[in-house]
Amino acid sequence: MIKQKIALALAANLTLAGAAQAQSARDYISIVGSSTVYPFSTAVAEQFGKTNSSFKTPKVESTGTGGGFKLFCGGVGTEYPDIANASRPIKKSEIETCAKNGVKEIIEVNIGFDGIVIASSKKNKPMALTLEDLWLALAKEVPEPGTGKLVANPFKTWKDVNPELPANKIEVLGPPPTSGTRDAFVELVMDHGCKKFPVIKDLEKSDEKKAKAICGTLREDGAYIEAGENDNLIVNKLVANSNALGIFGYSFMEENLDKVQGETVNGVAPNFENIADGKYPISRPLFFYVKKAHVGVIPGIKEFIAEFTSEKAAGDEGYLSNKGLIPLPKDKRKQVAADANSLKTLAP
Amino acid sequence: MNKPIAPAAPARDIKAIVNAGLAHRHAAERRFRLYGLVAISLGLAFVVLMFASIISKGYPAFWQTYIELPVAFDAAVIDPEGKRDPKVLENADYAALVRASLRSLFPQVEGRRDLRALYALASSSAPLQLRAAVLDNPTLIGSTQPVWVLASATVDTFVKGNIDRSLDETLRPIKDQDIAWVDKLRADDRLERRFNSILFNHGDSREPEQAGIRGALMGSFYTLLVTFLLSFPIGVATAVYLEEFAPKNRWTDLIEVNINNLAAVPSIVFGLLGLAVFINFFGLPRSAPLVGGLVLSLMTLPVIIIAGRAALTSVPPSIREAALGMGASKLQMVGHHVLPLAMPGMLTGSIIGMARALGESAPLLMIGMVAFIVDIPKGMFDPATVLPVQIYLWADLPERAFVERTSAAIMVLLAFMILMNGLAIILRKRFERRW
Repeated sequence: MIKQKIALALAANLTLAGAAQAQSARDYISIVGSSTVYPFSTAVAEQFGKTNSSFKTPKVESTGTGGGFKLFCGGVGTEYPDIANASRPIKKSEIETCAKNGVKEIIEVNIGFDGIVIASSKKNKPMALTLEDLWLALAKEVPEPGTGKLVANPFKTWKDVNPELPANKIEVLGPPPTSGTRDAFVELVMDHGCKKFPVIKDLEKSDEKKAKAICGTLREDGAYIEAGENDNLIVNKLVANSNALGIFGYSFMEENLDKVQGETVNGVAPNFENIADGKYPISRPLFFYVKKAHVGVIPGIKEFIAEFTSEKAAGDEGYLSNKGLIPLPKDKRKQVAADANSLKTLAP
Repeated sequence: MNKPIAPAAPARDIKAIVNAGLAHRHAAERRFRLYGLVAISLGLAFVVLMFASIISKGYPAFWQTYIELPVAFDAAVIDPEGKRDPKVLENADYAALVRASLRSLFPQVEGRRDLRALYALASSSAPLQLRAAVLDNPTLIGSTQPVWVLASATVDTFVKGNIDRSLDETLRPIKDQDIAWVDKLRADDRLERRFNSILFNHGDSREPEQAGIRGALMGSFYTLLVTFLLSFPIGVATAVYLEEFAPKNRWTDLIEVNINNLAAVPSIVFGLLGLAVFINFFGLPRSAPLVGGLVLSLMTLPVIIIAGRAALTSVPPSIREAALGMGASKLQMVGHHVLPLAMPGMLTGSIIGMARALGESAPLLMIGMVAFIVDIPKGMFDPATVLPVQIYLWADLPERAFVERTSAAIMVLLAFMILMNGLAIILRKRFERRW
């Protein structure tokens, strides 16, 4: 019984001490956001912690882009994060939420590109895909061959989509709707792939919203398989099922070149050079956003920005490119680094 | 006198009928046993499969490749002024020493690209290792010492045979010239495999060869400590009150139903609750083991209460009556007699509840414990992550070398689980009283 009392007293103490502690200032940078930027942000955070002995290593949370902005825009103060990673530019609505909560000055830093690859097992013959093929194979409603009217997707094999492709069953393993990779895939592949078809063009003139919905809705009859957020899992599933195609980030393909191959899209192979040049059509910019009000309050934010934008990190041969980040072109990189280090904020 | 209803002759018939059906009944029993056996062996087969896959993937992670470098601790590089000022020693360019020693091993390598590839053989932790050595013992400066440094993850993966050297050069992460260098190092006895103590002594890292689970282990420890300190006393007190003191009426029934319901609520719900209450309302820090422990104790409380009540009901009423009969008060009856007898059962329930809490990751997603944290937490308020979350984070990284470390972390987690569940079984076997 006495032991129990001690335990109870201890527990009560703990809770009180916790509340007191929470009010004291945080002395490490808190980063939240995209799971795509996470591998790069963590690499910089670790390097930053190692080289600057006067600062603590930043904490990087993987919350997803949207979840990250929600926390980031919560307000100004040490209980809110200082930096948000994002695999897409900040939305207008998010800027408004931020402003409403007092986060008025935001610094945007573009760190590079991430390619999204359509890959298959090495055992398969490579396929030459186009954005139109991908859209026809994966959209929920497509123009019927012959009539051109919109019908539920009738295509079963890639040959049905395009006679030049092999007669393999359409099976694509990709990320679920909660993933930023999925958003990017819809935006870069589906929304572009549908544009060439006359029925969509007509629809765009009469009912733009509906056209967008038709373009961006993936089929739900089992041809597109939601394989979870874990890209390594998709790679392993491709090895097990040589018929299937998989959608995932470029860095995962680079690490598994002995198991999977990237399909060419519109005649361009997904490799480092093509993504860096902007030739490969499915690539997206990656960002991080800094709360200017926290610079100078939380120690090390300025130095962290400097480390992230330095040539030894984000340059052509920087350590981030070893981790699979596709760097920005040289001029753009210089511009971004200069803007970021002078703490230039987004125009309101 | 009762006369037998059936005449004697049909009695033989009954025996015949029984005998006729006997074979069928025995067959049914055999079949049932067979089904049972099949079910158990199927279950066991899956367990064996899981363990075999995890262990076969994970055991190489307990070994790590080291490279022996002849490092010349050049005074001109480390301490040009010769004052042995710790500040100067701390900020010297130790990477240059590593590069120089690699060049001295392979003097024929030239060109920026090739040199970069050569420098990549050693882990990026090598300069830090040299710095620590020099700060520890400044007399090293000026001498040339053989130093074992960590090999990079790619070299390590290759040495462990996880990269097929017969593949085309473009298809593997390690290039032909790297393989030639590694072979040369091996021929010169400069390559060694050692026990991977880094895995147990370091926090998380983005470089696989420097990544460890110490941070996650400490995070799990603090989290579970908070969970135990909160949920055990509260759970036991609740169980005792409900079982021994509370009147049996509609309200206690309602409470009981609610407790049973809570035990079945998906754990992510507790995470959301924790986010709303502990972080947003009470303003506790994100990512802290304290909040994790609070959330997990919400989750384990119902389990402990239910196990505690079951343990209390199994104490026979005669004990209570005897105690009361001897003049003990109700509190004395509970405190001196019932609770000590029920304690082994309660502890067993708590340990099983804690084991469940140890393996939980979903509720911690919401409260910011899914994070990259390099520094090892030193208390309940430092940002921390826990073992299952570390596994989840490593499983999601592209580097091939993290695959084995993920499995190794799973093995450590499983070892703790087996330890805890084993403890629960021992407690039960040793202290359980049968009435």
